[in-house]
Amino acid sequence: MRDTTALGHVGVTHIVCSQLMLFHNGLDEGALAHLLSVVADESLENSSLCMPAPATVERHFVDVLLHAGVTDPTAIALGEAARLLSIDLGEVSTGRHYEIHGTISAVDLERLTRQLLGNQVIERWNIDSPIDVAATRAAEAVAIVEFVPMINATAAELDALNKSRWLHLDPAEMLAVQSHYRALGREPRDLELETLAQTWSEHCSHKTFRALIADQYGNTITPLLRQLRDCTNEIDASFVVSSFVGNAGVVQFSPDHTLALKAETHNHPSAIEPFGGANTGVGGVIRDILGMTAHRPVACTNILCFGPADLDPALVPDGALHPLRIRSGVVAGIADYGNKIGLPTVAGAVLYDPAYTANPLVFAGCIGEAPADMPAFTGPHQGDRVIVLGGRTGRDGVRGATFSSGTMDATTGAVAGASVQIGDPITEKLLIDALAERHDLFTAITDCGAGGLSSAIGEMAEGIGADVELMHAPLKYPGLAPWEIWLSEAQERMVVASSSAQVALLREVCERHGVEVTDLGEFTGTGRLVVRYNGSELLDMDTAFLHDGRPQRSMKAVVPTPDRSKSNDVSPAVTDLHGTILALLAHPNLASKANVIRRYDHEIRGTSLVRPLTGPDGNSPSDGVVMAHPTADHGYAIGIGVNPWYGITDAEYMAHAVVDEAMRSVVAVGADPDRVALLDNFSWGDPRRPETLGELVAAVQGCCDAARAFNAPFVSGKDSLNNEYMGSDGQRHAVPPTLVITAVAEVPDANVCVTTDGKQAGNVIVMLGRTLAEFGGSHLAKVLDVTMTSCVPSPDIAAPVRYRALHRAIRNGLVESCHDIAEGGLAVAVCEMFLGGTLGVSLTDLGHTDAVTALFSESQSRLLCEVQTENFDAFLAYFPEAAGPVTVLGTVTNTPLVQFANIVDVSVTIAHAAHHSTTGRPT
Amino acid sequence: MTAPNALVIAGPGTNRDNDVSFALELAGATTSIALITDVAATPTLLDNADMVVIPGGFSFADALGAGRLFGLHLELRFGDAMRAHVAKGRPVIGICNGFQTLVRTSLLPGSLGHNSGGSFICDWTQLTPVSQKSVFTRGLVEAIDCPIAHGEGRYVCSPTDLAALAARDQIALRYASKNPNGSIDNIAGICDDTGLVLGMMPHPENHVLTRQHPRHRRGHTGHLGLALFTNGLSYITGA
Repeated sequence: MRDTTALGHVGVTHIVCSQLMLFHNGLDEGALAHLLSVVADESLENSSLCMPAPATVERHFVDVLLHAGVTDPTAIALGEAARLLSIDLGEVSTGRHYEIHGTISAVDLERLTRQLLGNQVIERWNIDSPIDVAATRAAEAVAIVEFVPMINATAAELDALNKSRWLHLDPAEMLAVQSHYRALGREPRDLELETLAQTWSEHCSHKTFRALIADQYGNTITPLLRQLRDCTNEIDASFVVSSFVGNAGVVQFSPDHTLALKAETHNHPSAIEPFGGANTGVGGVIRDILGMTAHRPVACTNILCFGPADLDPALVPDGALHPLRIRSGVVAGIADYGNKIGLPTVAGAVLYDPAYTANPLVFAGCIGEAPADMPAFTGPHQGDRVIVLGGRTGRDGVRGATFSSGTMDATTGAVAGASVQIGDPITEKLLIDALAERHDLFTAITDCGAGGLSSAIGEMAEGIGADVELMHAPLKYPGLAPWEIWLSEAQERMVVASSSAQVALLREVCERHGVEVTDLGEFTGTGRLVVRYNGSELLDMDTAFLHDGRPQRSMKAVVPTPDRSKSNDVSPAVTDLHGTILALLAHPNLASKANVIRRYDHEIRGTSLVRPLTGPDGNSPSDGVVMAHPTADHGYAIGIGVNPWYGITDAEYMAHAVVDEAMRSVVAVGADPDRVALLDNFSWGDPRRPETLGELVAAVQGCCDAARAFNAPFVSGKDSLNNEYMGSDGQRHAVPPTLVITAVAEVPDANVCVTTDGKQAGNVIVMLGRTLAEFGGSHLAKVLDVTMTSCVPSPDIAAPVRYRALHRAIRNGLVESCHDIAEGGLAVAVCEMFLGGTLGVSLTDLGHTDAVTALFSESQSRLLCEVQTENFDAFLAYFPEAAGPVTVLGTVTNTPLVQFANIVDVSVTIAHAAHHSTTGRPT
Repeated sequence: MTAPNALVIAGPGTNRDNDVSFALELAGATTSIALITDVAATPTLLDNADMVVIPGGFSFADALGAGRLFGLHLELRFGDAMRAHVAKGRPVIGICNGFQTLVRTSLLPGSLGHNSGGSFICDWTQLTPVSQKSVFTRGLVEAIDCPIAHGEGRYVCSPTDLAALAARDQIALRYASKNPNGSIDNIAGICDDTGLVLGMMPHPENHVLTRQHPRHRRGHTGHLGLALFTNGLSYITGA
């Protein structure tokens, strides 16, 4: 109802939502009553077996049903219940029946339905008349092999072909395909062309990150992916087991376990179907981890970027969803998958900016664990079987890889509807259990993600070749065309290679866990990928051309040259310091995220030691989190760095700053700064625009510089480009340069970790690091609503020495609490340390003579530490001169008041209220 | 006596099976995790169990309501065996989804509805042990600190049934401070009339070590959830 009113439907008084179950074949009343008596709870629910009452002026109804082919878990469960009760149910569809009370015009009701009640991407609906079941049945499809005429096509005809088939290929790539088939002397089959488009998509092949780039001065820039890899190779960290190979990076922090690390994006799907998009984003990254020598997933992370929750509905671009709806869908989707699959969702961030309105970003990460002695997979070997495990294939999520590699517009939702899928976390949970039981029954494994079987089998067959019969694929319903089976991105599937001798045992183990096993064919050793349907050949390709035939992209970049001469610029005038501090604490980006975090189970497995929320009332923000198995002394920390606002002005310094933030976050909770692995996730606009690519070049430069400075290697990364929306007004809506850095680090002693909350009156508060007048992209600028000419916070060369010193002090038990200084500066960081408690702090020094700079500058690499008076000398002794300034700011008091050196006082109660105000938060 | 056998019954979607096994072993039990299908196929598994545990999770994805299908499986496939287990004086504990499952069977009364706040919530709570009838809570003096993580934890029953539960000392646990889900009478857990079957929404299995408490770093020593398991097991061993 809150959302309904927020969207302007003020005449609606209330909405009643019921579960709708439609029995296609009818059902006799006795059986139906029996079924209902078991599946509906009288004390909680009313159930009825009737058609809805006709609509009146003051009571309307909307029936919403899933499109044919979208997974319907409720219908599956109903089938299971009927089976147990020996009721012959026939086909069932389930949906929702809404009764809308109050006054609303037909146009507004249609609008309300589109905005809030249904999603045309996965659902259809009837307003004020009952919905029919017939239309939900899957349409039959026919298998036809089509040869696509292209070997004699002109450039213009190739371009037209590229567009009409939604291939999203570059002109040079179309030419490469053309000359390949010219040499073969035949036209490509439609499935061959689709498979090339999937494999060569930006999503699957990262062609921008592998491209040859020339900058505005004519210099050639080393391909971006190679820069990151070179950087990791140079750092040569002993704990890196594998980096930039396969689905995830692998590190080893303890003698007995390795960790697999991965973060992914699921931006485009979340924009058009927020719940399903985010849901399957989580499912996908968990499968990435499963695909790394069968690491068992142990924790999830997520970073979410939305448009302002209070955006005027009139300002939502045509065809896009309101940020409020995107947010509730995305958060629910993440919670649903993580909670049901049984993984703690522990670290993350939520960001708001108008630029994310039409392009919300959803980053989902996962960490997995495996015994260190697990042998690496050596296959697939010639003669191994091609085995698909897990969910069935349906007409869902077709062409996701190419869809996510293009720009969206008002028609994307309708056209790309088929590229979104609803996840089934329980099926994936069973897959995890089955795989965890026996890892010795297969020689290779990969997940079925974007591109479906075409990608998974295509990748595994690289060099060796495979011969696959699609008729054996288990389907959710009949009638799928072979090309749909080959490209479907139906979720919860893994492909493994297994020797014929082991297939029977693999089947036995999997079936015991309720996981379906399908033998699709063989890895042949011919180097050719052959796909058949009922014996007839649909595709026959050289895997060398499929994987290495794509011409390297050549791209132009205009690398930005930000003016960094203004770092000592005068600070902005702030007339109301008190009001500004409260405005910062209440700003949607800095305010409490408790209402999101508490939707995620972060306690399961009993491994969370430092949680995303901490403090006396358990509602204050943490810097990083610490996880450790209940029996382990060793733990690991996870920290996140992200700041798109710096990126707008200075992408290179932004990258440096977010690596620094991720480093600070893990060091602050007790991790060893010399044992940190990094993940990079770039979400950018269209890189074919030289300015956009230039920002990417600058950001990669900043990443590499920071990684070298901290000796922290990148082990895995993912880029999501083309995060742009072409409005029907012809205006481009692109995301700001958004780089998310995830740091995963060793916590050598899980019993010695630190939280952000102030602990004891009398303790000293110390600031580590230097403060400069750096306001570019700051949150001070946001709450004052001014543009700052000052530069983006610059790297501090003393940071690596400082973090090592801090770590030694923490290891020796000298730090009571530690909090990093980030958005909002010192003022916000100090207040956050005392939220929800009865303590306060009296500061006598703010680390800078200018009050505004001292309170609000966002200079990097600074941390606050709370130290017992008697430990102070010992603490100080850990910090050499090269660690930079160590400044005693003041003392913790027994009064809930934060006193900033006679300049301004903030009551902890008022600060707490501001931090937990409802501005911009989900309710 | 040797360590009691605790049988954890897992199904598609249960996900705290390992957590509760770890807690029970720490409390002195020998535990095994068996799938519903295993239990149905091998009756000796139930026969040999000194304690049966229905763990937390989202069995069958909570489709048709939390615990609905797991409850149907329990009732239709080995309901008699479960009742026989209780008749032999052997305890049963259902946690979170396990509680939701048990109220769908004849083993525990009442219903669990959606949280009054409308959504899933993960937070820490403090519980007061109430019942002297429940073999898990009797004699416990100290409070128990442990997390909750559920969307359907609002205990619902009629005023008459509530009065009967109270009169028969079947209210096993109450939320000590904030009621997180709108449960009637702050009920966090109830037991059956024999005191052998306990159902509870919070997760004592996730607070079995002092370092697991969120305020451990503030010097909070906490009241471990382990006490419930130790208590239940000592009933079996007669210790």
